[in-house]
Amino acid sequence: MKHRFTIFALIVLALLSYALYQALVVAPTEQTMGDVQRIFYYHVPSAWTAFLLFFINFLASIWYLVQRKPAADIVALTTAEVGTVFCTVVLVTGPLWARPVWGIWWTWDVRLTSTLVLWLIYVSYLILRRFSTGSQTPVLAAALAIFGFVDVPIVYLSIWFFRTQHPQPVMGGGGSLDPRMWHALLINWLAFLAFALLVCSIRYRLEFLQRELEETQALESLLEPKP
Amino acid sequence: MSRLAEITVATLSKDLRLEWRSKDAINSMLFFALLVVVIFSFAFNPTAEESRRIAGGLVWVAFLFAAVVALNQTWARELRNQVLDAYRVSPAPDNALFLAKAIGNFLFVAVLEALMTPLFVVFYNLRALGPAYQLLLVAAFGTWALVVNGTFFAAISLRTRSREVMLPLILFPISIPALLAMVEATTAILTGEFSARFWIVLLAVYDVVFTTVCLVLFETVLHAE
Repeated sequence: MKHRFTIFALIVLALLSYALYQALVVAPTEQTMGDVQRIFYYHVPSAWTAFLLFFINFLASIWYLVQRKPAADIVALTTAEVGTVFCTVVLVTGPLWARPVWGIWWTWDVRLTSTLVLWLIYVSYLILRRFSTGSQTPVLAAALAIFGFVDVPIVYLSIWFFRTQHPQPVMGGGGSLDPRMWHALLINWLAFLAFALLVCSIRYRLEFLQRELEETQALESLLEPKP
Repeated sequence: MSRLAEITVATLSKDLRLEWRSKDAINSMLFFALLVVVIFSFAFNPTAEESRRIAGGLVWVAFLFAAVVALNQTWARELRNQVLDAYRVSPAPDNALFLAKAIGNFLFVAVLEALMTPLFVVFYNLRALGPAYQLLLVAAFGTWALVVNGTFFAAISLRTRSREVMLPLILFPISIPALLAMVEATTAILTGEFSARFWIVLLAVYDVVFTTVCLVLFETVLHAE
């Protein structure tokens, strides 16, 4: 167990360094934006990783409601936590790029706004988990996770229509990406995914031990009443 | 089916009678909404033309905040004397309880809206330039969108620490598309500049989707141990 973890951590480290090299050195400099564009190799992979983790959170929540396995609940908790962190990275790196390129930090564009709403939904999920007590937390959290996931397409649709009515500066779609840029992007995504998996597994283990500890303590206090 | 309807009606009429006698929810909602109207008016001090543009937002934000006041009291009433636990062990269908509570909240918020709308019209000099009858549709779909999720989330927040604070924290993020649709539809009708049809359809879809999810999941949440 310990060996496997160390090996996996080393692989992730190697992948992340290789991806960093690809993004900062190998990928060509973008013509109009210059080096600022390189933030793209962190921004986009973080977004994809966050969306994937939220999707796993949804599946784990359903799995928990159907089978009531504690493992499903721990998976839901860890993916929501790590996904929120990656979503935060997306929301922070976005404005850093937008300021020099668009001249503004933020615009209520459909992608920006729906990512922000997604972030709000999962933060509220984590707050609910923090504030609810006792053994019913997993059920309540799983129900909220399903609501949140069902809400996402409606959010996207509504903001998309909202924005087409009120034209705003939006990011330039279209155009083709240099193959080396694609390469750097995909390598970075792979590295970020592996990193997310690593963090999730650490968090999973931690939560698992925490719960075991709590159970043992509860059992002990039942068995040996203190004088 | 008839059994579900029977118990729904029984629970609903009990709640309405309780509310009629105490007037707890409606009074606190009304006063709260009135305060919001007055404070917004001071904060923005709009002209008639401006207020037509911002009224959709003001009205719905006021109703949303006021609705939370009523939603928070939905289940608290059932905690006294362990009524909720008694309901849990009784063979009555769980969704009857949920539907009764949601319809009850819908009626409370609808009464609030009916009483507050004239005040808004007077204070903000409103006059619809678009088809005004569509406002009724927006109000009906929009209110249901708020209360159906609100009733469900109130049942969730009931089990948490500081439950009164918890409800808006989990309800508002999920309600963002519904709120956007209500505000945009109202603004569209008041200014008459564009059609509100898309937003009304979106609200209807939102209602159908989340009513289904609520009915599917309510039993699980009610019996969560």
